[in-house]
Amino acid sequence: MKRPVIALIAFAIIACLPLLGDNYLLRLGTMFAMYAVLAQSWNIIGGYAGYPSFATAAFFGLGAYTGAILQGLGWPMPLAWVAAGLLAAVFAGAMGSAILHLKGHYFAIASLVLAEVLLEVTTSWTSLTGGGMGLNLPIIRMSIAAQARLFFWSMLGLAVLTFLMSWYVSAGRIGFALRCIRQNEDASSMVGINTTRYKVVAFVMSSLFVGAAGALYASWVFYIEPPDVYSVMTTIRPIVMTMLGGAGTLLGPVIGSAIFLVIEEVVWRNFLSVHAAVLGILIVGLIFYLPNGIVGAVARRFRKRGAENGET
Amino acid sequence: MLYAQILLNGLVLGGLYACISVGFSLVWGVLNVINVLHGSFVVLGSYIAYFAYAHFGIHPFFSIIIAGALLFALGYVVQLGLINRVVGAPVLTTLVLTFGLDLLLNNGMLLAFSADYRSVQLADPLGSAVVGGLVFPLDRLVAMLLAGVLTGLLYLLLVRSKIGRAIVAVRMDREAAALMGVDVKKIYAITFGIGALMAGAAGSLLSLVFPISPLAGSEYLSIAFIVCILGGLGSISGAIVGGIVLGLIQSFGALFIGPQHGLTIAFVLLIILLIFKPTGIMGRRGYE
Repeated sequence: MKRPVIALIAFAIIACLPLLGDNYLLRLGTMFAMYAVLAQSWNIIGGYAGYPSFATAAFFGLGAYTGAILQGLGWPMPLAWVAAGLLAAVFAGAMGSAILHLKGHYFAIASLVLAEVLLEVTTSWTSLTGGGMGLNLPIIRMSIAAQARLFFWSMLGLAVLTFLMSWYVSAGRIGFALRCIRQNEDASSMVGINTTRYKVVAFVMSSLFVGAAGALYASWVFYIEPPDVYSVMTTIRPIVMTMLGGAGTLLGPVIGSAIFLVIEEVVWRNFLSVHAAVLGILIVGLIFYLPNGIVGAVARRFRKRGAENGET
Repeated sequence: MLYAQILLNGLVLGGLYACISVGFSLVWGVLNVINVLHGSFVVLGSYIAYFAYAHFGIHPFFSIIIAGALLFALGYVVQLGLINRVVGAPVLTTLVLTFGLDLLLNNGMLLAFSADYRSVQLADPLGSAVVGGLVFPLDRLVAMLLAGVLTGLLYLLLVRSKIGRAIVAVRMDREAAALMGVDVKKIYAITFGIGALMAGAAGSLLSLVFPISPLAGSEYLSIAFIVCILGGLGSISGAIVGGIVLGLIQSFGALFIGPQHGLTIAFVLLIILLIFKPTGIMGRRGYE
Protein backbone atom coordinates (compact mmCIF):
# COMPACT_ATOMS: atom_id res chain seq x y z
CA MET A 1 0.00 0.00 0.00
CA LYS A 2 1.17 3.50 -0.72
CA ARG A 3 2.53 5.45 2.22
CA PRO A 4 0.18 8.45 1.83
CA VAL A 5 -2.80 6.09 2.03
CA ILE A 6 -1.44 4.65 5.29
CA ALA A 7 -1.13 8.19 6.61
CA LEU A 8 -4.74 8.94 5.69
CA ILE A 9 -5.87 5.79 7.49
CA ALA A 10 -3.85 6.90 10.52
CA PHE A 11 -5.63 10.27 10.41
CA ALA A 12 -8.96 8.44 10.26
CA ILE A 13 -8.03 6.39 13.34
CA ILE A 14 -6.97 9.53 15.22
CA ALA A 15 -10.34 11.06 14.31
CA CYS A 16 -11.98 8.41 16.53
CA LEU A 17 -10.19 9.83 19.58
CA PRO A 18 -13.37 11.47 21.02
CA LEU A 19 -14.78 7.94 21.49
CA LEU A 20 -12.42 7.52 24.45
CA GLY A 21 -14.17 10.42 26.14
CA ASP A 22 -10.98 11.77 27.69
CA ASN A 23 -10.82 15.56 27.40
CA TYR A 24 -7.12 15.70 28.16
CA LEU A 25 -6.38 13.34 25.28
CA LEU A 26 -8.67 15.39 23.09
CA ARG A 27 -6.73 18.53 23.93
CA LEU A 28 -3.48 16.73 23.06
CA GLY A 29 -5.07 15.53 19.83
CA THR A 30 -6.02 19.10 18.91
CA MET A 31 -2.49 20.26 19.69
CA PHE A 32 -1.08 17.48 17.54
CA ALA A 33 -3.32 18.46 14.64
CA MET A 34 -2.28 22.09 14.98
CA TYR A 35 1.40 21.20 15.11
CA ALA A 36 0.94 18.97 12.08
CA VAL A 37 -0.59 21.89 10.15
CA LEU A 38 2.27 24.21 11.06
CA ALA A 39 5.05 21.67 10.45
CA GLN A 40 3.70 20.43 7.13
CA SER A 41 3.18 23.98 5.95
CA TRP A 42 6.71 25.01 6.88
CA ASN A 43 8.03 21.90 5.18
CA ILE A 44 6.88 23.21 1.80
CA ILE A 45 9.03 26.33 1.86
CA GLY A 46 11.69 25.17 4.35
CA GLY A 47 11.91 21.49 3.47
CA TYR A 48 11.18 21.14 -0.25
CA ALA A 49 12.45 24.54 -1.38
CA GLY A 50 15.17 24.76 1.29
CA TYR A 51 14.39 28.39 2.11
CA PRO A 52 14.92 29.04 5.84
CA SER A 53 11.59 30.73 6.48
CA PHE A 54 10.97 32.11 9.96
CA ALA A 55 7.59 33.55 9.06
CA THR A 56 5.29 30.92 10.59
CA ALA A 57 4.47 33.09 13.59
CA ALA A 58 3.60 35.99 11.28
CA PHE A 59 1.02 33.89 9.41
CA PHE A 60 -0.27 32.29 12.58
CA GLY A 61 -0.68 35.57 14.45
CA LEU A 62 -2.20 37.33 11.46
CA GLY A 63 -4.68 34.48 11.10
CA ALA A 64 -5.48 34.45 14.80
CA TYR A 65 -6.21 38.18 14.88
CA THR A 66 -8.14 38.16 11.61
CA GLY A 67 -10.31 35.31 12.86
CA ALA A 68 -10.83 36.90 16.25
CA ILE A 69 -11.74 40.31 14.85
CA LEU A 70 -14.13 38.87 12.26
CA GLN A 71 -15.81 36.69 14.85
CA GLY A 72 -16.12 39.75 17.04
CA LEU A 73 -17.97 41.41 14.14
CA GLY A 74 -20.42 38.53 14.17
CA TRP A 75 -19.04 36.39 11.34
CA PRO A 76 -19.75 32.67 11.71
CA MET A 77 -16.73 30.72 12.91
CA PRO A 78 -15.90 28.66 9.79
CA LEU A 79 -16.17 31.71 7.55
CA ALA A 80 -13.79 33.60 9.83
CA TRP A 81 -11.30 30.73 9.63
CA VAL A 82 -11.42 30.67 5.83
CA ALA A 83 -11.04 34.45 5.65
CA ALA A 84 -8.06 34.28 8.02
CA GLY A 85 -6.35 31.66 5.86
CA LEU A 86 -6.95 33.70 2.72
CA LEU A 87 -5.66 36.91 4.28
CA ALA A 88 -2.51 35.14 5.46
CA ALA A 89 -2.04 33.80 1.92
CA VAL A 90 -2.45 37.26 0.39
CA PHE A 91 0.01 38.66 2.91
CA ALA A 92 2.47 35.86 2.11
CA GLY A 93 2.09 36.50 -1.60
CA ALA A 94 2.76 40.21 -1.26
CA MET A 95 5.66 39.84 1.17
CA GLY A 96 7.04 36.80 -0.59
CA SER A 97 7.39 38.62 -3.91
CA ALA A 98 9.38 41.26 -2.07
CA ILE A 99 11.70 39.15 0.09
CA LEU A 100 12.10 35.86 -1.77
CA HIS A 101 14.88 37.21 -3.93
CA LEU A 102 16.96 37.34 -0.76
CA LYS A 103 19.00 34.27 0.03
CA GLY A 104 20.32 32.51 3.10
CA HIS A 105 20.58 34.59 6.24
CA TYR A 106 19.04 37.65 4.63
CA PHE A 107 15.85 35.78 3.76
CA ALA A 108 15.78 34.21 7.23
CA ILE A 109 16.00 37.61 8.91
CA ALA A 110 13.51 39.28 6.60
CA SER A 111 10.98 36.51 7.25
CA LEU A 112 11.64 36.72 10.98
CA VAL A 113 11.11 40.47 10.96
CA LEU A 114 7.65 40.05 9.37
CA ALA A 115 6.37 38.61 12.64
CA GLU A 116 8.10 41.35 14.65
CA VAL A 117 6.49 44.11 12.59
CA LEU A 118 3.05 42.49 12.79
CA LEU A 119 3.53 42.08 16.54
CA GLU A 120 4.33 45.77 16.95
CA VAL A 121 1.47 46.85 14.68
CA THR A 122 -1.00 44.61 16.50
CA THR A 123 0.15 45.87 19.87
CA SER A 124 -0.11 49.52 18.83
CA TRP A 125 -3.43 49.33 16.96
CA THR A 126 -5.44 49.22 20.15
CA SER A 127 -8.78 50.29 18.67
CA LEU A 128 -8.88 47.25 16.39
CA THR A 129 -6.94 44.58 18.27
CA GLY A 130 -7.25 45.53 21.91
CA GLY A 131 -3.49 46.12 21.94
CA GLY A 132 -1.47 44.59 24.74
CA MET A 133 -4.67 43.83 26.65
CA GLY A 134 -5.44 41.06 24.18
CA LEU A 135 -8.72 40.16 22.59
CA ASN A 136 -11.59 38.07 23.92
CA LEU A 137 -13.66 36.02 21.49
CA PRO A 138 -17.43 35.66 21.62
CA ILE A 139 -18.61 32.77 23.74
CA ILE A 140 -20.00 29.77 21.86
CA ARG A 141 -23.30 28.35 23.13
CA MET A 142 -22.31 24.72 23.28
CA SER A 143 -21.37 22.21 25.96
CA ILE A 144 -17.68 21.98 26.86
CA ALA A 145 -17.41 18.43 25.54
CA ALA A 146 -19.11 19.32 22.26
CA GLN A 147 -16.76 22.27 21.85
CA ALA A 148 -13.73 20.09 22.47
CA ARG A 149 -14.91 17.64 19.81
CA LEU A 150 -15.72 20.43 17.36
CA PHE A 151 -12.30 22.04 17.62
CA PHE A 152 -10.52 18.70 17.53
CA TRP A 153 -12.23 17.60 14.34
CA SER A 154 -11.86 21.00 12.72
CA MET A 155 -8.14 21.14 13.47
CA LEU A 156 -7.67 17.56 12.34
CA GLY A 157 -9.57 18.35 9.16
CA LEU A 158 -7.16 21.23 8.60
CA ALA A 159 -4.22 18.87 9.17
CA VAL A 160 -5.62 16.45 6.59
CA LEU A 161 -6.09 19.30 4.11
CA THR A 162 -2.50 20.35 4.71
CA PHE A 163 -1.41 16.76 4.20
CA LEU A 164 -3.28 16.57 0.90
CA MET A 165 -1.62 19.80 -0.18
CA SER A 166 1.82 18.39 0.74
CA TRP A 167 1.02 15.22 -1.16
CA TYR A 168 0.02 17.25 -4.19
CA VAL A 169 3.23 19.25 -3.90
CA SER A 170 5.57 16.33 -3.36
CA ALA A 171 4.13 14.22 -6.17
CA GLY A 172 3.68 16.95 -8.72
CA ARG A 173 5.50 19.54 -10.77
CA ILE A 174 5.71 21.98 -7.90
CA GLY A 175 7.62 19.58 -5.70
CA PHE A 176 10.00 18.79 -8.53
CA ALA A 177 10.61 22.49 -9.15
CA LEU A 178 11.10 23.21 -5.45
CA ARG A 179 13.59 20.35 -5.04
CA CYS A 180 15.51 21.71 -8.02
CA ILE A 181 15.56 25.15 -6.41
CA ARG A 182 16.86 23.67 -3.17
CA GLN A 183 19.72 21.93 -4.93
CA ASN A 184 20.77 24.72 -7.26
CA GLU A 185 18.62 27.71 -7.86
CA ASP A 186 20.68 29.21 -10.66
CA ALA A 187 20.79 25.95 -12.56
CA SER A 188 17.02 25.48 -12.15
CA SER A 189 16.46 28.91 -13.56
CA MET A 190 18.77 28.07 -16.48
CA VAL A 191 16.81 24.97 -17.44
CA GLY A 192 13.60 26.97 -17.59
CA ILE A 193 12.04 26.70 -14.14
CA ASN A 194 10.39 29.98 -13.21
CA THR A 195 12.06 30.04 -9.81
CA THR A 196 10.48 33.27 -8.59
CA ARG A 197 6.97 32.04 -9.34
CA TYR A 198 7.50 28.66 -7.66
CA LYS A 199 9.09 30.22 -4.59
CA VAL A 200 6.17 32.61 -4.15
CA VAL A 201 3.71 29.76 -4.69
CA ALA A 202 5.53 27.71 -2.05
CA PHE A 203 5.54 30.64 0.39
CA VAL A 204 1.81 31.19 -0.14
CA MET A 205 1.12 27.48 0.34
CA SER A 206 3.12 27.52 3.55
CA SER A 207 0.90 30.35 4.86
CA LEU A 208 -2.66 29.45 3.88
CA PHE A 209 -3.43 26.72 6.42
CA VAL A 210 -1.21 28.31 9.07
CA GLY A 211 -3.43 31.40 8.95
CA ALA A 212 -6.54 29.25 9.22
CA ALA A 213 -4.98 27.29 12.10
CA GLY A 214 -4.26 30.58 13.87
CA ALA A 215 -7.91 31.59 13.60
CA LEU A 216 -9.03 28.14 14.77
CA TYR A 217 -6.62 28.39 17.69
CA ALA A 218 -8.09 31.77 18.63
CA SER A 219 -11.62 30.33 18.61
CA TRP A 220 -10.40 27.35 20.61
CA VAL A 221 -8.69 29.26 23.43
CA PHE A 222 -11.15 32.23 23.44
CA TYR A 223 -8.47 34.76 24.29
CA ILE A 224 -5.40 35.87 22.36
CA GLU A 225 -2.70 38.43 23.01
CA PRO A 226 0.10 39.61 20.72
CA PRO A 227 3.15 38.03 22.45
CA ASP A 228 1.32 34.69 22.57
CA VAL A 229 0.36 34.30 18.90
CA TYR A 230 3.41 36.06 17.43
CA SER A 231 5.83 34.19 19.70
CA VAL A 232 9.18 33.14 18.27
CA MET A 233 8.44 29.66 19.56
CA THR A 234 5.51 29.44 17.14
CA THR A 235 8.11 29.81 14.42
CA ILE A 236 10.74 27.53 15.90
CA ARG A 237 8.54 24.60 16.93
CA PRO A 238 7.42 23.64 13.38
CA ILE A 239 11.02 23.84 12.20
CA VAL A 240 12.21 21.53 14.96
CA MET A 241 9.30 19.14 14.37
CA THR A 242 10.02 18.98 10.66
CA MET A 243 13.74 18.45 11.21
CA LEU A 244 12.92 15.79 13.79
CA GLY A 245 10.70 13.89 11.37
CA GLY A 246 12.66 14.61 8.22
CA ALA A 247 12.62 17.82 6.20
CA GLY A 248 11.53 17.60 2.58
CA THR A 249 9.65 14.34 3.11
CA LEU A 250 5.91 13.84 3.03
CA LEU A 251 5.47 11.99 6.32
CA GLY A 252 8.36 13.55 8.25
CA PRO A 253 6.53 16.62 9.55
CA VAL A 254 3.53 14.57 10.73
CA ILE A 255 5.68 12.02 12.55
CA GLY A 256 7.86 14.81 13.90
CA SER A 257 4.93 16.76 15.31
CA ALA A 258 3.56 13.67 17.08
CA ILE A 259 6.91 12.86 18.71
CA PHE A 260 7.58 16.49 19.52
CA LEU A 261 4.21 16.82 21.21
CA VAL A 262 4.89 13.78 23.40
CA ILE A 263 8.32 15.08 24.41
CA GLU A 264 6.96 18.55 25.07
CA GLU A 265 4.09 17.22 27.16
CA VAL A 266 6.32 14.98 29.28
CA VAL A 267 8.76 17.83 29.87
CA TRP A 268 6.02 20.36 30.66
CA ARG A 269 4.48 18.03 33.19
CA ASN A 270 7.65 16.99 34.94
CA PHE A 271 10.38 19.55 34.43
CA LEU A 272 8.62 22.84 33.87
CA SER A 273 11.48 25.09 34.97
CA VAL A 274 13.93 23.61 32.47
CA HIS A 275 11.59 23.05 29.52
CA ALA A 276 13.45 25.57 27.35
CA ALA A 277 16.76 23.91 28.14
CA VAL A 278 15.36 20.49 27.26
CA LEU A 279 14.16 21.85 23.94
CA GLY A 280 17.65 23.27 23.45
CA ILE A 281 19.26 19.90 24.13
CA LEU A 282 16.77 18.25 21.78
CA ILE A 283 17.74 20.69 19.03
CA VAL A 284 21.47 20.23 19.56
CA GLY A 285 21.14 16.44 19.63
CA LEU A 286 18.97 16.50 16.53
CA ILE A 287 21.48 18.48 14.53
CA PHE A 288 24.43 16.31 15.48
CA TYR A 289 22.90 12.85 15.61
CA LEU A 290 19.81 12.94 13.41
CA PRO A 291 20.50 15.52 10.71
CA ASN A 292 18.10 13.90 8.21
CA GLY A 293 15.35 13.29 10.73
CA ILE A 294 13.65 10.03 11.60
CA VAL A 295 12.32 9.37 8.12
CA GLY A 296 15.77 10.02 6.65
CA ALA A 297 17.47 7.71 9.14
CA VAL A 298 14.95 4.90 8.59
CA ALA A 299 15.18 5.24 4.83
CA ARG A 300 18.95 5.03 5.00
CA ARG A 301 18.82 1.88 7.13
CA PHE A 302 16.40 0.23 4.69
CA ARG A 303 18.61 1.16 1.80
CA LYS A 304 21.64 -0.30 3.58
CA ARG A 305 19.81 -3.51 4.40
CA GLY A 306 18.54 -3.72 0.84
CA ALA A 307 22.10 -3.40 -0.42
CA GLU A 308 23.29 -6.18 1.93
CA ASN A 309 20.59 -8.52 0.65
CA GLY A 310 21.66 -7.83 -2.89
CA GLU A 311 18.52 -5.90 -3.73
CA THR A 312 18.56 -2.64 -5.52
CA MET B 1 18.15 72.90 22.20
CA LEU B 2 15.73 70.01 22.56
CA TYR B 3 16.91 68.61 19.25
CA ALA B 4 20.55 68.94 20.24
CA GLN B 5 19.86 67.04 23.45
CA ILE B 6 18.05 64.29 21.56
CA LEU B 7 20.86 64.14 19.04
CA LEU B 8 23.31 63.71 21.91
CA ASN B 9 21.23 60.98 23.55
CA GLY B 10 20.89 59.22 20.21
CA LEU B 11 24.63 59.31 19.63
CA VAL B 12 25.41 57.93 23.09
CA LEU B 13 22.84 55.17 22.64
CA GLY B 14 24.17 54.49 19.16
CA GLY B 15 27.72 54.08 20.43
CA LEU B 16 26.56 51.43 22.87
CA TYR B 17 24.53 49.72 20.15
CA ALA B 18 27.59 49.64 17.92
CA CYS B 19 29.53 47.91 20.69
CA ILE B 20 26.77 45.31 21.11
CA SER B 21 26.73 44.59 17.40
CA VAL B 22 30.35 44.62 16.37
CA GLY B 23 31.07 41.10 17.65
CA PHE B 24 27.88 39.76 16.10
CA SER B 25 28.85 41.32 12.80
CA LEU B 26 32.36 39.87 12.99
CA VAL B 27 31.08 36.32 13.57
CA TRP B 28 28.49 36.64 10.83
CA GLY B 29 31.01 38.02 8.39
CA VAL B 30 33.82 35.56 9.04
CA LEU B 31 31.96 32.34 9.87
CA ASN B 32 28.76 33.04 7.90
CA VAL B 33 26.94 32.04 11.08
CA ILE B 34 24.20 34.08 12.71
CA ASN B 35 24.95 33.73 16.37
CA VAL B 36 21.58 33.69 18.11
CA LEU B 37 23.49 33.31 21.39
CA HIS B 38 24.83 36.84 21.09
CA GLY B 39 22.02 38.47 23.07
CA SER B 40 22.49 36.04 25.93
CA PHE B 41 26.24 36.63 25.86
CA VAL B 42 25.57 40.33 26.40
CA VAL B 43 23.26 39.54 29.31
CA LEU B 44 25.86 37.18 30.80
CA GLY B 45 28.41 40.01 30.61
CA SER B 46 25.98 42.25 32.47
CA TYR B 47 25.53 39.66 35.22
CA ILE B 48 29.27 39.23 35.59
CA ALA B 49 29.58 42.99 36.04
CA TYR B 50 26.66 43.00 38.47
CA PHE B 51 28.08 40.28 40.71
CA ALA B 52 31.61 41.62 40.46
CA TYR B 53 30.29 44.92 41.79
CA ALA B 54 27.96 43.42 44.39
CA HIS B 55 30.51 41.01 45.87
CA PHE B 56 33.91 42.52 45.20
CA GLY B 57 33.09 46.15 44.60
CA ILE B 58 34.67 46.10 41.15
CA HIS B 59 33.38 48.97 39.06
CA PRO B 60 31.63 47.76 35.87
CA PHE B 61 34.09 49.76 33.80
CA PHE B 62 36.83 47.44 35.05
CA SER B 63 34.85 44.21 34.93
CA ILE B 64 34.97 44.57 31.15
CA ILE B 65 38.22 42.65 31.45
CA ILE B 66 36.77 39.84 33.57
CA ALA B 67 33.58 39.56 31.52
CA GLY B 68 35.54 39.72 28.28
CA ALA B 69 37.98 36.99 29.35
CA LEU B 70 35.26 34.64 30.62
CA LEU B 71 33.06 35.13 27.59
CA PHE B 72 36.02 34.65 25.26
CA ALA B 73 36.69 31.28 26.89
CA LEU B 74 33.03 30.30 26.65
CA GLY B 75 32.77 31.35 23.03
CA TYR B 76 36.00 29.61 22.10
CA VAL B 77 34.85 26.33 23.63
CA VAL B 78 31.35 26.50 22.12
CA GLN B 79 32.73 27.14 18.66
CA LEU B 80 35.48 24.53 18.87
CA GLY B 81 33.27 21.84 20.37
CA LEU B 82 29.93 22.39 18.67
CA ILE B 83 29.51 24.98 15.97
CA ASN B 84 32.70 24.05 14.08
CA ARG B 85 31.08 20.73 13.28
CA VAL B 86 28.32 22.34 11.24
CA VAL B 87 29.96 25.53 10.09
CA GLY B 88 29.60 24.73 6.37
CA ALA B 89 26.05 23.39 6.71
CA PRO B 90 23.00 25.24 5.33
CA VAL B 91 21.92 28.44 7.03
CA LEU B 92 19.02 26.73 8.74
CA THR B 93 21.28 24.27 10.57
CA THR B 94 23.54 26.86 12.17
CA LEU B 95 20.62 29.15 12.94
CA VAL B 96 18.64 26.43 14.65
CA LEU B 97 21.72 25.10 16.46
CA THR B 98 22.63 28.47 17.96
CA PHE B 99 18.97 28.99 18.79
CA GLY B 100 19.00 25.69 20.69
CA LEU B 101 22.17 26.67 22.52
CA ASP B 102 20.59 30.01 23.34
CA LEU B 103 17.58 28.25 24.87
CA LEU B 104 20.00 26.27 27.04
CA LEU B 105 22.05 29.28 28.14
CA ASN B 106 19.01 31.46 28.72
CA ASN B 107 17.23 28.79 30.73
CA GLY B 108 20.40 28.31 32.78
CA MET B 109 20.56 32.04 33.51
CA LEU B 110 16.87 32.09 34.45
CA LEU B 111 17.46 29.31 36.95
CA ALA B 112 20.64 30.85 38.31
CA PHE B 113 19.65 34.52 38.44
CA SER B 114 15.79 34.46 38.19
CA ALA B 115 13.87 36.73 35.84
CA ASP B 116 13.95 39.71 38.23
CA TYR B 117 15.28 42.90 36.79
CA ARG B 118 18.42 44.04 38.58
CA SER B 119 20.57 47.07 38.16
CA VAL B 120 23.99 48.14 39.32
CA GLN B 121 23.59 50.87 41.94
CA LEU B 122 26.91 52.66 42.05
CA ALA B 123 27.99 53.97 45.45
CA ASP B 124 29.43 57.08 43.85
CA PRO B 125 27.86 57.66 40.44
CA LEU B 126 29.40 60.27 38.22
CA GLY B 127 26.07 62.00 37.80
CA SER B 128 25.66 64.36 34.91
CA ALA B 129 27.23 67.54 33.75
CA VAL B 130 25.52 70.47 32.07
CA VAL B 131 27.56 72.10 29.35
CA GLY B 132 26.04 74.87 27.28
CA GLY B 133 22.52 73.84 28.25
CA LEU B 134 23.06 70.19 27.24
CA VAL B 135 22.84 67.49 29.87
CA PHE B 136 25.66 64.95 29.63
CA PRO B 137 24.90 61.77 31.59
CA LEU B 138 28.49 61.04 32.53
CA ASP B 139 28.25 57.32 33.33
CA ARG B 140 26.61 56.68 29.98
CA LEU B 141 29.07 58.92 28.24
CA VAL B 142 32.08 57.16 29.72
CA ALA B 143 30.49 53.80 28.88
CA MET B 144 30.09 54.95 25.31
CA LEU B 145 33.67 56.18 25.13
CA LEU B 146 34.93 52.87 26.49
CA ALA B 147 32.77 51.11 23.92
CA GLY B 148 34.48 53.22 21.30
CA VAL B 149 37.91 52.34 22.67
CA LEU B 150 37.07 48.63 22.64
CA THR B 151 35.83 48.83 19.07
CA GLY B 152 39.02 50.67 18.12
CA LEU B 153 41.13 47.99 19.79
CA LEU B 154 39.28 45.31 17.84
CA TYR B 155 39.97 47.22 14.66
CA LEU B 156 43.68 47.45 15.51
CA LEU B 157 43.73 43.73 16.33
CA LEU B 158 42.24 42.89 12.96
CA VAL B 159 44.46 45.22 10.99
CA ARG B 160 47.77 44.93 12.81
CA SER B 161 48.09 41.58 14.58
CA LYS B 162 48.97 38.29 12.98
CA ILE B 163 45.78 36.65 14.26
CA GLY B 164 43.74 39.56 12.98
CA ARG B 165 45.23 39.26 9.52
CA ALA B 166 44.46 35.53 9.61
CA ILE B 167 40.84 36.28 10.53
CA VAL B 168 40.55 38.73 7.66
CA ALA B 169 42.17 36.21 5.34
CA VAL B 170 39.70 33.49 6.33
CA ARG B 171 36.85 35.93 5.79
CA MET B 172 38.06 36.74 2.28
CA ASP B 173 38.83 33.23 1.11
CA ARG B 174 38.73 30.25 3.38
CA GLU B 175 40.47 27.81 1.04
CA ALA B 176 43.25 30.18 0.12
CA ALA B 177 43.85 30.98 3.78
CA ALA B 178 44.02 27.27 4.61
CA LEU B 179 46.58 26.80 1.84
CA MET B 180 48.68 29.59 3.35
CA GLY B 181 48.92 27.56 6.54
CA VAL B 182 46.10 29.19 8.51
CA ASP B 183 44.38 26.75 10.86
CA VAL B 184 40.85 27.67 9.80
CA LYS B 185 39.05 25.83 12.60
CA LYS B 186 41.17 27.53 15.21
CA ILE B 187 40.62 30.92 13.60
CA TYR B 188 36.87 30.24 13.66
CA ALA B 189 37.05 29.47 17.37
CA ILE B 190 39.11 32.60 18.06
CA THR B 191 36.73 34.73 15.99
CA PHE B 192 33.72 33.36 17.81
CA GLY B 193 35.54 33.91 21.09
CA ILE B 194 36.23 37.54 20.14
CA GLY B 195 32.57 37.97 19.21
CA ALA B 196 31.59 36.67 22.64
CA LEU B 197 34.26 38.84 24.28
CA MET B 198 32.82 41.96 22.68
CA ALA B 199 29.35 40.89 23.77
CA GLY B 200 30.54 40.36 27.35
CA ALA B 201 32.35 43.69 27.43
CA ALA B 202 29.30 45.45 25.99
CA GLY B 203 27.21 43.71 28.63
CA SER B 204 29.44 45.07 31.42
CA LEU B 205 29.10 48.58 30.09
CA LEU B 206 25.34 48.22 29.62
CA SER B 207 24.87 47.04 33.20
CA LEU B 208 25.09 50.74 34.09
CA VAL B 209 22.54 51.80 31.51
CA PHE B 210 19.84 49.15 31.16
CA PRO B 211 18.15 46.86 33.69
CA ILE B 212 19.67 43.36 33.75
CA SER B 213 17.54 40.27 33.15
CA PRO B 214 17.80 37.09 31.08
CA LEU B 215 14.71 38.35 29.27
CA ALA B 216 16.71 41.23 27.79
CA GLY B 217 18.72 38.84 25.62
CA SER B 218 16.28 38.78 22.72
CA GLU B 219 16.17 42.56 22.59
CA TYR B 220 19.96 42.80 22.36
CA LEU B 221 19.83 40.20 19.61
CA SER B 222 17.24 42.25 17.69
CA ILE B 223 19.45 45.30 18.07
CA ALA B 224 22.45 43.42 16.70
CA PHE B 225 20.37 42.18 13.75
CA ILE B 226 19.11 45.64 12.90
CA VAL B 227 22.49 47.31 13.27
CA CYS B 228 24.16 44.74 11.03
CA ILE B 229 21.58 45.07 8.27
CA LEU B 230 21.44 48.86 8.53
CA GLY B 231 25.15 49.39 8.46
CA GLY B 232 26.12 46.50 6.26
CA LEU B 233 27.49 43.22 7.35
CA GLY B 234 30.91 42.29 8.55
CA SER B 235 32.72 45.59 8.82
CA ILE B 236 33.47 47.63 11.89
CA SER B 237 32.57 50.89 10.19
CA GLY B 238 29.25 49.32 9.20
CA ALA B 239 28.49 48.39 12.81
CA ILE B 240 29.33 51.91 14.00
CA VAL B 241 27.22 53.59 11.32
CA GLY B 242 24.36 51.13 11.87
CA GLY B 243 24.52 51.58 15.63
CA ILE B 244 24.43 55.36 15.44
CA VAL B 245 21.63 55.33 12.86
CA LEU B 246 19.58 53.02 15.09
CA GLY B 247 20.30 55.18 18.15
CA LEU B 248 19.16 58.29 16.29
CA ILE B 249 16.07 56.56 14.88
CA GLN B 250 15.10 55.49 18.36
CA SER B 251 15.58 58.83 20.05
CA PHE B 252 13.98 60.93 17.31
CA GLY B 253 11.27 58.31 16.72
CA ALA B 254 10.46 58.51 20.43
CA LEU B 255 10.03 62.27 20.09
CA PHE B 256 7.92 62.37 16.93
CA ILE B 257 5.94 59.15 17.02
CA GLY B 258 6.11 57.83 20.55
CA PRO B 259 8.70 55.99 22.62
CA GLN B 260 7.04 52.59 22.19
CA HIS B 261 7.49 52.66 18.40
CA GLY B 262 11.27 53.01 18.27
CA LEU B 263 11.95 49.39 17.39
CA THR B 264 8.95 49.19 15.04
CA ILE B 265 10.31 51.99 12.88
CA ALA B 266 13.70 50.31 12.87
CA PHE B 267 12.15 46.98 11.83
CA VAL B 268 10.13 48.53 9.01
CA LEU B 269 13.24 50.35 7.81
CA LEU B 270 15.09 47.06 8.01
CA ILE B 271 12.63 45.28 5.72
CA ILE B 272 12.71 48.13 3.22
CA LEU B 273 16.49 48.14 3.28
CA LEU B 274 16.65 44.36 2.91
CA ILE B 275 14.42 44.54 -0.13
CA PHE B 276 16.19 47.38 -1.89
CA LYS B 277 19.75 47.38 -0.61
CA PRO B 278 20.63 44.22 1.30
CA THR B 279 24.26 45.28 1.61
CA GLY B 280 23.35 48.08 4.02
CA ILE B 281 24.21 51.75 4.15
CA MET B 282 27.96 51.24 4.02
CA GLY B 283 27.85 48.53 1.36
CA ARG B 284 29.77 45.30 1.56
CA ARG B 285 33.24 45.75 2.87
CA GLY B 286 35.69 43.72 4.84
CA TYR B 287 38.20 44.63 7.50
CA GLU B 288 40.96 45.34 5.07
